Amino acid sequence: MKLTGAEILWECLVKEGVEVVFGYPGGANMPIYDAMLNYPVHHVLVRHEQGAAHMADGYARASGRVGVAMATSGPGATNLVTGIATAMMDSSPVVFITGQVAAHLIGGDAFQEVDVTGITLPITKHNYLVTRADEVAEVVREAFYIARSGRPGPVLIDVCKNAQVEQTEFVYPKEVKLPGYRPVSHAPKESLEHAVKLIEKAKRPLILCGHGVLISGAEEALMQFAVKTQTPVASTLLGLGAFPASHPLSLGMMGMHGEVHTNLAIQNSDLILAFGMRFDDRVTGNLKAYAPHARKIHVEIDPSEVHKNVAADIPLIGDLNTVLTDLIPLVDEYDHDEWLKQISDWKTEADTRSIMNWPNDDKLYVPHLVSDIWKATGGNAIITTDVGQHQMWAAQYYALEKPNRWITSGGAGTMGFGLPSAIGAWFANKDQEIWVIAGDGGFQMTAAELTTAVQEGANVKVAIMNNNFLGMVRQWQEFFFEKRYSAVDMLTPDFVKLAEAHGVPARIVTTREEVDKAIEWARKTQGPVVIEFRVEREDGVYPMVPTGASLDQMIQRPVRVED
Amino acid sequence: MQYTFIALVENKPGVLNRVASLFRRRNFNIESLAVGRTENPEISHMTMVVDCPNGEVDAHKLEANLYKLVNVIDVQDVTHQPSVTRDLALIKVKAGPERRAEVNGLAEIFRARIVDVAADSVIIEVTGTEDKIEGMIELLRPIGIVGMVRTGQIAMMRGVNDGVRRIPGGNGNRYEEDVYEMAEMTP
Repeated sequence: MKLTGAEILWECLVKEGVEVVFGYPGGANMPIYDAMLNYPVHHVLVRHEQGAAHMADGYARASGRVGVAMATSGPGATNLVTGIATAMMDSSPVVFITGQVAAHLIGGDAFQEVDVTGITLPITKHNYLVTRADEVAEVVREAFYIARSGRPGPVLIDVCKNAQVEQTEFVYPKEVKLPGYRPVSHAPKESLEHAVKLIEKAKRPLILCGHGVLISGAEEALMQFAVKTQTPVASTLLGLGAFPASHPLSLGMMGMHGEVHTNLAIQNSDLILAFGMRFDDRVTGNLKAYAPHARKIHVEIDPSEVHKNVAADIPLIGDLNTVLTDLIPLVDEYDHDEWLKQISDWKTEADTRSIMNWPNDDKLYVPHLVSDIWKATGGNAIITTDVGQHQMWAAQYYALEKPNRWITSGGAGTMGFGLPSAIGAWFANKDQEIWVIAGDGGFQMTAAELTTAVQEGANVKVAIMNNNFLGMVRQWQEFFFEKRYSAVDMLTPDFVKLAEAHGVPARIVTTREEVDKAIEWARKTQGPVVIEFRVEREDGVYPMVPTGASLDQMIQRPVRVED
Repeated sequence: MQYTFIALVENKPGVLNRVASLFRRRNFNIESLAVGRTENPEISHMTMVVDCPNGEVDAHKLEANLYKLVNVIDVQDVTHQPSVTRDLALIKVKAGPERRAEVNGLAEIFRARIVDVAADSVIIEVTGTEDKIEGMIELLRPIGIVGMVRTGQIAMMRGVNDGVRRIPGGNGNRYEEDVYEMAEMTP
């Protein structure tokens, strides 16, 4: 039977198991939107294409499936760009489908024509320009396969308008033919044996758990390996949740705003086992002084990440879960009591400065608020964030026990990510409690998606940590620019009225007494809710490793002098 | 230092752009790039000569990133591998009838050929390694070079390819034997 290119597109999406797409129609994708009405796929109309990109990303991260976002040509497609880059940096499997002007008009500067495949070339795992209807099926099949396999990432399909309306015979390709794309799974046996030799000799081993653990579904294998070899586990920002925070071997987050004892452990370790992480500069600090005493075993699916920032003594290239499953039977049981005791002593010392020990001074501090939300939700909610101070505090104080509940823009650091990614996550798991921890700056960037949340009935709770500052930039100006505050003092709208104008119930909280009640109110109210917390304006995120410093040169929270 | 890479890529529109864009994105400068078909019309062969200021580290980075491109079927750093490399140059030299014999003599020494003769100039075709062509250019320069075009290097591995796609950095430990000695640490 002959179908139009647009119909073939939907046939393929349905075959890929797509149930929801996030998008925005326009001139160049109208045939796609017309054909959509005949297919059992729910469409979420966003208020800005960036929102669609983040929603598809949030959906993908919460579900482990491929998210789909759509936009029209030209400005519709360029509005996706920030979201595509965000998905690329965090290895999130999203397929973007954009309309394009008819093939015969390409290159002629037609209305709403933009070279979208050109623009997105460096920020996609792969992209396609489809000029004929008979290319659609093969391209969609390949795009989904590429997006979710190996190291996942965004794939963009730019579909010319003529390819959407032309008719052709629909044949669903049985298999993908990609001679240059064969993700590896097993690491070579001899490399594993080399790794075992190092693990046997290590006195102060340390696992660095990255996003790859979650992507590969290696949580179980990680637990087995860590317990069997008694190796403590530190986590990157995106690796949080892969290893339960309450486990005795868990060290929490590493890096620029990582725990003191965790960073000290890295600097004193003699063997680093890097599992699915890429030694980002926010994780390593000064590379020259990074983990100076440690041999490094790097388990990674993407060969271009090996030796990129930190040279690996033993690279194990393969799928993390497969490699760990191969490795576990080869290692013996060890104990590293002395090393664990040392780390625990560092922790005890650092904890004396913790803000959690501060008495109530009637001010609101974000760490306390995050901790209150954590208590109220039993540490079980999906948390999405924007980018900045509140993001780091959420990472530090929302102690995750379970995987795939932490959705944040790590690599790209995209403000405005919180609300839309939460709406996407809600579509992945509608029974799950979802909280957005946002800053006043980031929230304003995509606040228009509140209406989308109302239209869809998305049950997301938004906590805006309002300090009337672009807090992280302010903190850097305080530390590194002699407190010369430049363009960070931010007037915010009345968030309660703003929310209510969108039809969202909202409250403002200014004292500690109101906090628990407000959180309970939000949890009991069905649908989207906004709470604005008026927090201490000039609090800082601690500890902090200044840019260019080594990990053991941390600025710690000043000791509080009682009045 | 200059490194030479061979890549087999799918013969599709935009693939050259993907490769070139990668060099730009990762901040490398291409010294020469030659692309052509192979015996299989669906596959093109690329030879790239690239300046790698950080030596092996850069070479690995490039090889691994090329490997990641979906349209790249195979890639290899042949800088230290047994391979044959050739460059072809067309050199136009200012030479009236009185100097043709001299030019002809030089061409013979370099096993080059004169492929065109005009009233006041000749075009010489020379193939060989980069060194050889550079050598010839030096000798022709005093006579008067009025134009030159070069293909850039093309390279081919010796022997029969085993068909196995190599994973950059994936084939075991590439560092010294002492990797098993745990570093001594002062407490």
